[in-house]
Amino acid sequence: MAFDYEKYIRPGKLPHIWCPGCGHGIVMKGMIRAMDTLGLEKNNTAIVSGIGCASRLPGYIDCCTLHTAHGRAAAFATGVKMAKPEMTVILVGGDGDGTAIGGNHFIHACRRNIDMTYIIMNNYIYGMTGGQFSPTTPHMHKASTTPYGNPDPSFDIAKLAIGAGATFVARGTAFHANQIDKLIVEAIQHKGFSVVEILDDCPTTYGRRNKFKSVIEMMNRLKEVAVPVKAAEKMSPEQLQGKVLTGVLYKEDKPEYCSEYQKVIERAGGGAR
Amino acid sequence: MGKKVAFLQGNEAAAHGALYAGCNFFAGYPITPSTEVAEVLSAELPKIGGKFIQMEDEIGAMAALLGGALAGSKALTSTSGPGLSLKQELIGYGCIAEIPCVIYNVMRGGPSTGMPTGPSQSDVMCAKWGTHGDHPAICLVPASVQETYEEVIRAFNLSEKYRTPVMVMPDEIVAHMRERIVFPEKGEIEIIDRKSPTVPPEQYKPYDTSFGDVPPLASFGSEYRFHVTGLNKMQDGFPTTKASVVQEEEERQVRKVEGNADDIVKFEEYLLDDAEIVVVAFGSTSRSARYAVNEARKEGIKAGMFRLITYWPFPEKQLLALAKRGVKAFITPEMNLGMTHGLVKGCTEGNAPVLGIFRVDGEPINPGQILDKMKEVK
Repeated sequence: MAFDYEKYIRPGKLPHIWCPGCGHGIVMKGMIRAMDTLGLEKNNTAIVSGIGCASRLPGYIDCCTLHTAHGRAAAFATGVKMAKPEMTVILVGGDGDGTAIGGNHFIHACRRNIDMTYIIMNNYIYGMTGGQFSPTTPHMHKASTTPYGNPDPSFDIAKLAIGAGATFVARGTAFHANQIDKLIVEAIQHKGFSVVEILDDCPTTYGRRNKFKSVIEMMNRLKEVAVPVKAAEKMSPEQLQGKVLTGVLYKEDKPEYCSEYQKVIERAGGGAR
Repeated sequence: MGKKVAFLQGNEAAAHGALYAGCNFFAGYPITPSTEVAEVLSAELPKIGGKFIQMEDEIGAMAALLGGALAGSKALTSTSGPGLSLKQELIGYGCIAEIPCVIYNVMRGGPSTGMPTGPSQSDVMCAKWGTHGDHPAICLVPASVQETYEEVIRAFNLSEKYRTPVMVMPDEIVAHMRERIVFPEKGEIEIIDRKSPTVPPEQYKPYDTSFGDVPPLASFGSEYRFHVTGLNKMQDGFPTTKASVVQEEEERQVRKVEGNADDIVKFEEYLLDDAEIVVVAFGSTSRSARYAVNEARKEGIKAGMFRLITYWPFPEKQLLALAKRGVKAFITPEMNLGMTHGLVKGCTEGNAPVLGIFRVDGEPINPGQILDKMKEVK
């Protein structure tokens, strides 16, 4: 029997706003499968986003959903989680939202190791505003504001997250649809701040400026560059040139923020009221 | 047994007022001259199982505040001018998404970094017009330590009652001076909590105006689940660009405050019955004004004071009535370059001259300045 996505979709809220060929829908489906696998209770799950194409995702999901301001998802979500630590809090958003305007909130959520899961759809571009370069647009690639090629170096989101203190960091791609839910399941189960970067495609504003002739070509590129961490162990640096590691990249157990704050409450002699 | 008294600083009183009001969540970022609020609450909140978080920046603090409030907390942040500028983005979010919370802003000089720790009253326009777009604004301006305590409680009550961010803005003098404070008994001051939904979860709409201009607000993590956005929204909380809905919703959001101005506007009338010269003052400046009025009376000048306790909504109606009754002049002493002066001029519609005393040098306005200005009135 086909998987019933509708049970987590808000009635009447589809179709979504995403362009044909955009991978965000694939990620949303993966997220729904993950939620189902974990049996997440809708009333006890908050989905929080910022601004951008990917940030429209919460509106489609039948949970407590919070579509905040540009870049602020992690900070809003921190407030929700602190107030109600028993809730499952999932953040979704894009590369510009999360690593440019929201970069500060992102790294500090990583540093606190607060128990939330951040799904970043990295399509290398500001899609909603029409294709300006983001912190993850590759060097010399074209965007509407880099007509002569992007002079900026780019962020590696996973490395950024690990460096900032996230205790679970994984990467998948919109091509490897079946892996997405598995990574998200593991991320949500992890106690601490977990980041799942999904390499995504934006045929409308990124692909056509960068010589991708079709969505299939963009998807094939994701397929070609992705190397599972296990497989990479057996490959030489030369073979790994231009490749991107996928799977669970980093995992460690460290004190979680809300639990640490609970200890503060205990040290202060307070009880929950 | 008598009431509990203490010798407290304005900022400390604000923190204790918040606790009396039921505050159980604080998110902030360090900034002089308001940090004492955070320091007190970092110690007090955990004692009652409340949450305190120091965020990475002012914007993050405002965001966490709104997140905490949506999850059912009564939430406070404290800041000062530069922080208030940064928070404006999300104050607008709080207004459009209609999330109750309190922003305590101590006024120091500006613009920009200005004169940290010097007193000022120059954030009052920022309280109303700082964030973009039309929105409701409630701003309270206490003049003593006792009043700071009480106005913080009132701010929580108003934010819960009208489901909107409320600002309390003492100037730095009020925030840092120490005075005797008498604590109210438990139950002595009414505490208002937000209206919760009574409909079954499947019928809940977060902006359901069939319950009036202030719709009931559920909490995240309760039996109700709903969508919140900073986009113009419909009654069910989902975005819309439908012209008639956007117009109606924007007007309602402003109306719920402006239309209840009589409930929100609070002021003190000091010796106004026969006053020919009316000083319109607030915060620490009103303390100099009171002294000046008393001195003037000794010299036979019929002076009085209209003291603003609510700054926004501005008491336009009351000041116009005074102007029409017949007043020789209004005097607006303030630690800015004429923000209140312009408002008083506007709402008194030319019925009486309005003389300004403006000071932005980090020094308080002294009674002598006000007395001298009274003597200029012919």
